[in-house]
Amino acid sequence: MINLSINNKLVSVPEGSTILEAAKHNKIDIPNLCNLDGVHKFGSCRLCVVEVEGDKNLQASCMVQVRDGMVVHTNTDKVRKVRKNLFELMLSNHPQDCLKCQRSLSCELQNMGKRLGVTEARYTGQTSGGIVDISPAISRDMVKCILCRRCITACNDIQKVGILNAQNSGFKTVVGTALDLPINTVNCTFCGQCVAVCPVGALKETDAIQNVWGAISDKCKRVVVQVDPAVRAAIGEEFGYEPGTQVTAQLIAALREVGFDVVFDTNFAADLTVIEASSEFLTRMKYSLGGMETPLPMMSSCSPAWIKYVEHTYPEKLGHLSTCKSPHTMLGALAKSYYAEILKVEPKNMAVVSIMPCTAKKFEISRPEMTNNGLANVDAVLTTREIARMMQEAGVDLRKVGKSQFDQPFELSSGAAELFGLSGGVMEATLRTVHEMVTGRELAIDKLHAAPLEECDQVKDVELRFDDPLEAYQYMAGITIKVAVASGLRGAGFLMDQITKQESPYSFIEVMGCPGGCISGGGQPRPATSETLQKRLQAIYLEDEVKPFRKAHQNEGVTKLYKEFLKEPNGRRAQDLLHTQYTKRGKFNEYLCD
Amino acid sequence: MNCETTKSQCCCGEETDQQKYDKIAEIIDQYKNREGSLIQVLHVAQTVYGYLPMELLKFIAKRMDIPLSEVSGVSTFYPVFSMQPRGKHTIKVCMGTACYVRGGKKLVDRLENLLGIQVGETSEDRKYNLEVVRCLGACGLAPAMMIDETIYKQVKPDKLNSILAKY
Ligand code: SF4
Ligand code: SF4
Ligand code: FES
Ligand code: FES
Repeated sequence: MINLSINNKLVSVPEGSTILEAAKHNKIDIPNLCNLDGVHKFGSCRLCVVEVEGDKNLQASCMVQVRDGMVVHTNTDKVRKVRKNLFELMLSNHPQDCLKCQRSLSCELQNMGKRLGVTEARYTGQTSGGIVDISPAISRDMVKCILCRRCITACNDIQKVGILNAQNSGFKTVVGTALDLPINTVNCTFCGQCVAVCPVGALKETDAIQNVWGAISDKCKRVVVQVDPAVRAAIGEEFGYEPGTQVTAQLIAALREVGFDVVFDTNFAADLTVIEASSEFLTRMKYSLGGMETPLPMMSSCSPAWIKYVEHTYPEKLGHLSTCKSPHTMLGALAKSYYAEILKVEPKNMAVVSIMPCTAKKFEISRPEMTNNGLANVDAVLTTREIARMMQEAGVDLRKVGKSQFDQPFELSSGAAELFGLSGGVMEATLRTVHEMVTGRELAIDKLHAAPLEECDQVKDVELRFDDPLEAYQYMAGITIKVAVASGLRGAGFLMDQITKQESPYSFIEVMGCPGGCISGGGQPRPATSETLQKRLQAIYLEDEVKPFRKAHQNEGVTKLYKEFLKEPNGRRAQDLLHTQYTKRGKFNEYLCD
Repeated sequence: MNCETTKSQCCCGEETDQQKYDKIAEIIDQYKNREGSLIQVLHVAQTVYGYLPMELLKFIAKRMDIPLSEVSGVSTFYPVFSMQPRGKHTIKVCMGTACYVRGGKKLVDRLENLLGIQVGETSEDRKYNLEVVRCLGACGLAPAMMIDETIYKQVKPDKLNSILAKY
């Protein structure tokens, strides 16, 4: 332990802590902007400066480690003056259009100005950079960038994709893609982890709000909305609830007030995905054990950022991806077929809107594969943040609306479906069902606790043995399968490299593109600290536990759907509506050219 | 990658694109996993190829297995790297205080006119790059300029034509 004094208070902190961390542990709050606890430190803003006795210059507290006997002052005249001055210099290069900026009131730069007591901007300067780049999922308005470089850390170190990096030097420095290429033309996965950490209005989701208002006001359109489980665990935060507060019933009521005609539960389709993926998996196992060439491990396909990542980085390995569409596109396809038939509405007079924690899903719905009979499965994706904005615009307060329930026929869901919002959830949900299909016996739920790998912190794995299978599944007798879970694309890359080297010990791999799963998706409320994420996670576990049934195949709504409409898992109709194929892209999109 | 389209108009004795790429590939494999090797590879690549076109940056990114944005980040950070084809000769006109006061700007204007390019560009025949520099250390004999390694002092705009004629 290191002993030092901060603001005349003697404190003792672990060796290697920075001054900023030491202060925080002792409830002394030093302003800091470019720093992101536990994720990113680069020392570019210098707003965290403090006075250290004996040092001539002020020190950036996020970068400097504590030393024994150090005497630190965080709140002197000099420090306050310098911080304000630094802040004003930042403003000289920043468009001050807060009144019409989407980040207003949630902007970390704006909050910092208030916190530092800045009331004037004495410097005027040229603003540098300034490209505007709009893709189907993510928009970049670089004139607002404050060069904190958090997005670079997210994209390079956490995701290991490497789309964004500092370009040029000196005053011309910008954070951007290689040679300023539009982000839609490079191998960006649209995971939105860069958006999730951006402190200002530079990186954001591409707006779908206008389109959705358009559909809602169109008298001829029946507007169906569906909500993802991870959204429910987080949207309360936008309305001042404690993170992790369950507000599903209120959210449904709010969506009706906003003007949606029908509200469905994406979890219904998550259960359906489990059934489809389970039988797909068992078919692959059967072929493979029977000596036929079959791509194994099978890889989950619910995370569109992950899908795009494979298409760019491992275009030769697309056969490993499950052909299941993601749950919300499945639900969209069913809304415009099964449900449209029940209602006797023309599918073209319906609009399906998905509320998702995700930016990549905005791109996903624009894929030509995600259509049936010439109609898009889903017409618009709103992020958690966007639906909160729409509610505010409509004057609908989540704290004041009543409660409501999902609409039939897509209202039921299992506890397993809730887990889709978490890393490991798809694997757990699928194995619960696979095990019972094969053996006819329930899988003890605590059997499935996957342990983290030493070689890669984003990967966990676990083994499962099948004994005494039912008649139809004799080929699984005595077979032990190994399954892995990756959350975050760096972990996914680790597992893919094993496959490329033909060293993968796994039969099934679940990947979620965002570290931690959808609870930390690129469309979730910002900023998401590790405490917030922990609370969202707990909220989802709780939902699983209190559900009347916890396994996908117990969903009566799904059973009915098969009976009345789909007939059988992986059958002809299911193939047509619920399955898809993928596109070879390559790191430089070289496969797309011809 | 379609290297085909970027094939240089090769004059006899010069290497073909394929040979240049092979050479660069060899260097990459040699330097690959060393710390800070990207800068060295870019240096060699620029020497071999003359400049760093997009296709070459992609080639390097792929072969070194690092993101293209990082390769382009490093190439745009250091002024020695050029993503545009470079001319055979580099003209540097001094814009230091002394030269500026004594007509450095007029030299630039005239050169821009003569070569049909702006500062920072390369003439269409790929003969000249035009640049400005801060001080050539010849302040006593301003205005000064430099072509490759040769310094020209007290240059008058009207003399430029005959100077260029030497190249
Ligand atoms: S969306 Fe993901 S892959 Fe694309 S730039 Fe952002 S962090 Fe990188
Ligand atoms: S885009 Fe946002 S996160 Fe990235 S450097 Fe700029 S301000 Fe920081
Ligand atoms: S927070 Fe320390 S330099 Fe930005
Ligand atoms: S100012 Fe031109 S040589 Fe010094």
